[in-house]
Amino acid sequence: METLPDGLVVVVKRDCDTCQMVVPVLKQLLAATHLTIITQDDPTFPAIDDVIHDEDLSRSWHADIETVPTLIRRADGEEVERTVGWSRSQWESLTGTSGLGADLPDQRPGCGSMSVDPDRVDALATRFGSSNLSARHIKFAELEDTFEAMYERGWSDGLPLVPPTPERVMAMLAGTTRSPDDVVVVVPPNLVEATVEKVAINAVMAGCKPDYLPVVLASLEAICNDDFNMHGVLATTMGVGPILIINGPIRRELDMNSGMNVLGQGNRANATIGRAVQLCVRNLGGGRPGEIDRSTHGNPGKIGLCFAEDEEGSPWTSLAEDLGFPRGTNTVTAFCGEGPRIIFDQISRTPESLTASIAQTMLGNVHPRIIGMDTVLVLCPEHMARFSQAGWDRARFMTELRGHLDLEVDTILRGTDNIGEGIPAGLGLEGSILPKFPEGGILVVHAGGTAGLFSSVIGGWVSGPMGSVPVTKEIIR
Amino acid sequence: MTFTVLDPTDETKPQVRERTPRPESLAGLTVGLLDISKPRGNVFLDQVQNRLEALGATINRYSKPTFSKPAPPDLRHEIATHCDAVIEALAD
Repeated sequence: METLPDGLVVVVKRDCDTCQMVVPVLKQLLAATHLTIITQDDPTFPAIDDVIHDEDLSRSWHADIETVPTLIRRADGEEVERTVGWSRSQWESLTGTSGLGADLPDQRPGCGSMSVDPDRVDALATRFGSSNLSARHIKFAELEDTFEAMYERGWSDGLPLVPPTPERVMAMLAGTTRSPDDVVVVVPPNLVEATVEKVAINAVMAGCKPDYLPVVLASLEAICNDDFNMHGVLATTMGVGPILIINGPIRRELDMNSGMNVLGQGNRANATIGRAVQLCVRNLGGGRPGEIDRSTHGNPGKIGLCFAEDEEGSPWTSLAEDLGFPRGTNTVTAFCGEGPRIIFDQISRTPESLTASIAQTMLGNVHPRIIGMDTVLVLCPEHMARFSQAGWDRARFMTELRGHLDLEVDTILRGTDNIGEGIPAGLGLEGSILPKFPEGGILVVHAGGTAGLFSSVIGGWVSGPMGSVPVTKEIIR
Repeated sequence: MTFTVLDPTDETKPQVRERTPRPESLAGLTVGLLDISKPRGNVFLDQVQNRLEALGATINRYSKPTFSKPAPPDLRHEIATHCDAVIEALAD
């Protein structure tokens, strides 16, 4: 890398009126002292001998030039001071020369440096700043179809991938303050250390914007631990996968969907964050269907299911607040679940009726005779209105709901009504009443379009330390 | 003109290890039976144990704490240390 010489250095370009305006000043300085002139766009500008053409912009990039003209004073290989644009007093102070540009206005702002031009900055960052990237470079031939080549390498979940070029990965890495070589998590099943760089590569492929990267990183932290048990979530034949629920102001900053079609398609952040996480599990952890992923049916959410809570439209505390995080904290909650199913109730007008109605649907989760699995209840705004209008808060609703979710063991014993599935006899449970869901096993989220009397419920997998525990992580940029 | 992308995989190559040679006979050998703790896995393994003991094998029974997670390293080490062969059972 070319360092700037000691003494006075000025960086200019022809395509800048301020730079053109200060040419007489540059001549004045050259007559009085030594001045190195670096031009970005045109080697014949200014029309002075010994101008250095920064053709590849390496000098400008390494010197962090954001504005032209920039005037710098250096000594002993170090920068002492700099000023940007034209300001007679600052130029005179920096150069120790008086009477500069007597015909010029006192000051005039400069123009953008070519090294920070949005069309160039990613390529420059890659060329001059990618030495801290360590991923293997894979070259595709000119006649090779990049998209087909990525499919052939087994990187895809079935959908096309955005090619993870060094430029795109560098741009993605700008989304986090973490170093590319930081190890984020150890990804099951192969227990591979995932660096920020590797996650960024997969986030590019998934279609994420750089701003989404912190959410992807936090999501991986939420699933790659013994509590969430991503290894077991993959290996089980039950068709469950990680479902990511986002809380906090970051939902709005990333334009996430918490409204109409919240669990469906159409929003880039919702669609690509969940996908990026699953691509990391696939490409870094080695969790591929037919290998360690043994799911009998799977579910469409395994492409990636991520959505935001509608906190603004909810009269209740948010899911994250309910889990102990202060309002305003950005969090991701990972839940191991199946596909969402609809709770259809267009008739209930009282909170009592609607609660009983919702509970009746939830009793069918997974199987009406299977108990002890967690669930996520996604309450739609029109259903929520029944509770808020009646003055029910989250705690009241949960108490009322749980009152409808107890099961008489005798009705769900194996073999009753000629159905083999159920609670085994001989455990001493006959005659008792058991809850459908374990304590703390119902996560309630408010989301969905403002019209429509359809909530949704998402069934879980084996609950607790035997299976998967929902995990919430703060999203750190 | 080539097109360059960065490798999204872990870039590690699996370590290739020789399989333990298949024993000619089970007579006198110790066979570990690992129950992954799915319902009725014990029923299946009881039958396997009867058959293997008839062939002259000594049986050690093991079980995972839960079917939903990998066998703990200590358990895997114990089986590898004490057994000549192992059979893992999945049942429902």
